[in-house]
Amino acid sequence: MSDIALEIAALSFAYGKKQVLHDLTFDIKKGECCILLGPNGAGKSTLFALITRLYAHKQGRIKLAGFDIQKQPLQALAQLGVVFQQTTLDLDLTVQQNLRYHASLQGMSRKKANLALAEQLQRLGMYERRDEVVRQLNGGHRRRVEIARALMHQPNVLLLDEPTVGLDVPSRMAIVEHVHQLVQDSDIAVLWATHLMDEVYDSDKIVLIHQGKRQAQGSVANVVQQAGVEDINAAFLKFTERKA
Amino acid sequence: MRIFHYWYALWGIVFRELFRFVKQKERFLSALVRPLVWLFVFAAGFRAALGIAIIPPYETYILYEVYITPGLIGMIQLFNGMQSSLSMVYDREMGSMRILLVSPLPRWFLLISKLLAGVFVSILQVYVFLGIAWLYEIQAPLLGYLYLLPALVLSGLMLGALGLLLSSFIKQLENFAGVMNFVIFPLFFMSTALYPLWKLKESSVWLHRLAEYNPFSQAVEFIRFALYEQFNQGAFLYTLAAFALFLILAIIGYNPSKGMMKRKGR
Repeated sequence: MSDIALEIAALSFAYGKKQVLHDLTFDIKKGECCILLGPNGAGKSTLFALITRLYAHKQGRIKLAGFDIQKQPLQALAQLGVVFQQTTLDLDLTVQQNLRYHASLQGMSRKKANLALAEQLQRLGMYERRDEVVRQLNGGHRRRVEIARALMHQPNVLLLDEPTVGLDVPSRMAIVEHVHQLVQDSDIAVLWATHLMDEVYDSDKIVLIHQGKRQAQGSVANVVQQAGVEDINAAFLKFTERKA
Repeated sequence: MRIFHYWYALWGIVFRELFRFVKQKERFLSALVRPLVWLFVFAAGFRAALGIAIIPPYETYILYEVYITPGLIGMIQLFNGMQSSLSMVYDREMGSMRILLVSPLPRWFLLISKLLAGVFVSILQVYVFLGIAWLYEIQAPLLGYLYLLPALVLSGLMLGALGLLLSSFIKQLENFAGVMNFVIFPLFFMSTALYPLWKLKESSVWLHRLAEYNPFSQAVEFIRFALYEQFNQGAFLYTLAAFALFLILAIIGYNPSKGMMKRKGR
C-alpha cells in the first residue's frame, strides 16, 4: 500500500460564482505533519469541509488512505479524525458521554470505547476530568477533549482546523506540542490549518495557500528558500501580500 | 462487522437524545404541561359548548376531553418532532451536527437514527401524559394502550421527518421560530385534533377539505383508532406515505451534493 495518507489532486471549488479553491494539489505521507498556512479567507475551512464531505466537489480528487471521498465515502471517512475550528462538543454532556457518543458513531463497542477513551484522555491529561460536564471546562481543556475524541478510533489522518483559536499561550503551546509528539510516536498524518507562525516546527511540511491557490509547498527551509527571505514569517508575508 | 457498526451508532444517537432530554427538565415539563392545560382547562371549558355525536371509533356519546385526548397525543409528537429538528438547527449552529455527518455511515441512516431517537423520547412523553389522563378518568381500553405503540412510532416518524425536512431549509435558529408558528399552529388547528371533520364541514367546506388532507389529521385519526383497538387503514396509509415523502425530501435536503447543504456556505 502507498504511504500517501491524504491526496488532494487538481481540486477546485466555488460557492456559486465565487471561486474559492483553484486547482489545488498536494499530498501528505504517513507520519507527516503538514501545516496548511494561509490568511483568513484563504480557503482553508472550505478545503476541510470538502475533505470531510460536508460539501461535495465537482472538480478534482480527494483520497484518504487510497479511498476516494466521492466514490468510497464511508471507507474514506473512516480514515479520518477531525477537530473543527468551532467546538463540536455537546456542552450539556460529560467528557465521557461525548467521547462515547463519537465512539458509537465510529462503530466501537462499549468495551472498546472505554479502553480508547481512557487511553486518549490519559495521554492528554484529561482522564481525571472525564465525569465533568463539558460546559465547566475552559477552552484549552475542551480542545484537548476534542483531540482525544478525534483519535479514539485510531484514524490514519488527523485534520485540525485552527484548533488553537481563542486559547491562551500556554494552552496553545501544549496542544501544538502534543500533536507534534503524536506524529513522532505514530504513523498518523496530520493536516493542521493555521495562520499562526509559532505553531510551525522545522520538521513540518508546509502548504501555503492564498486566495484559494497554492503559493508554495515543501519543508520549512524549502519554502523560505522559495520566497528568498530569512524565515517562515517573512515567507508567509511575502506569499500572502503579493497578490492581496 | 458492519451490522454492529449500525447498531452501536443507532444506540449512541438514541442515548444522546435521551441524555439531553433528561438534562433539560424544563423541556420535559413543558412538553407535559402543554397538553395537560388543554385537557384540564380548554377541554373542560368547552365540554358544554361542543357536543360530540357518536362517531367511530367511539361506540357511545363521549366527553369532549375523551375526544381531544388523541389530538393532544398528536400535539405532543408534533411539538417533539419540531423540537428535535430545532435541536438539529442548534446542533448545526453549534457545530455538533458535523460530528454526526462526518461519521462513516450513510446519511440516510444517520437521519433515520436521529428521527428514531426523537420518536423514542416522544413516546415516553405520551405515556406519562396518558398516565395522568387515566387518573383524571380519561381511560381507553387496556389493550388500546398497547396497540397505540406502533401507531405512535409511525406518527412520530412522520412528524419528525417533517421537522427534519424543515431543518434542512433553515440556516439559523431565529428563522426556525417563525416556521414553528407557520407550521405548528396551522397543522394543529386545521386538523381533527380539536373537532371532528363533520363539525368543520358545517362551518366551512374549505376548512373541512384542508383538515381532511392535513397529514397531522391522518396521524391523529390513526392514533385515535389504535387507542380504541381499531386499525384505520386509510389513515395508516396516508401517514405512511407522508412519512416516506418527508423523509426522502429531508435526505435530499441533507445530501452534500444535491440539497440545501450544497448552498450553505459556512
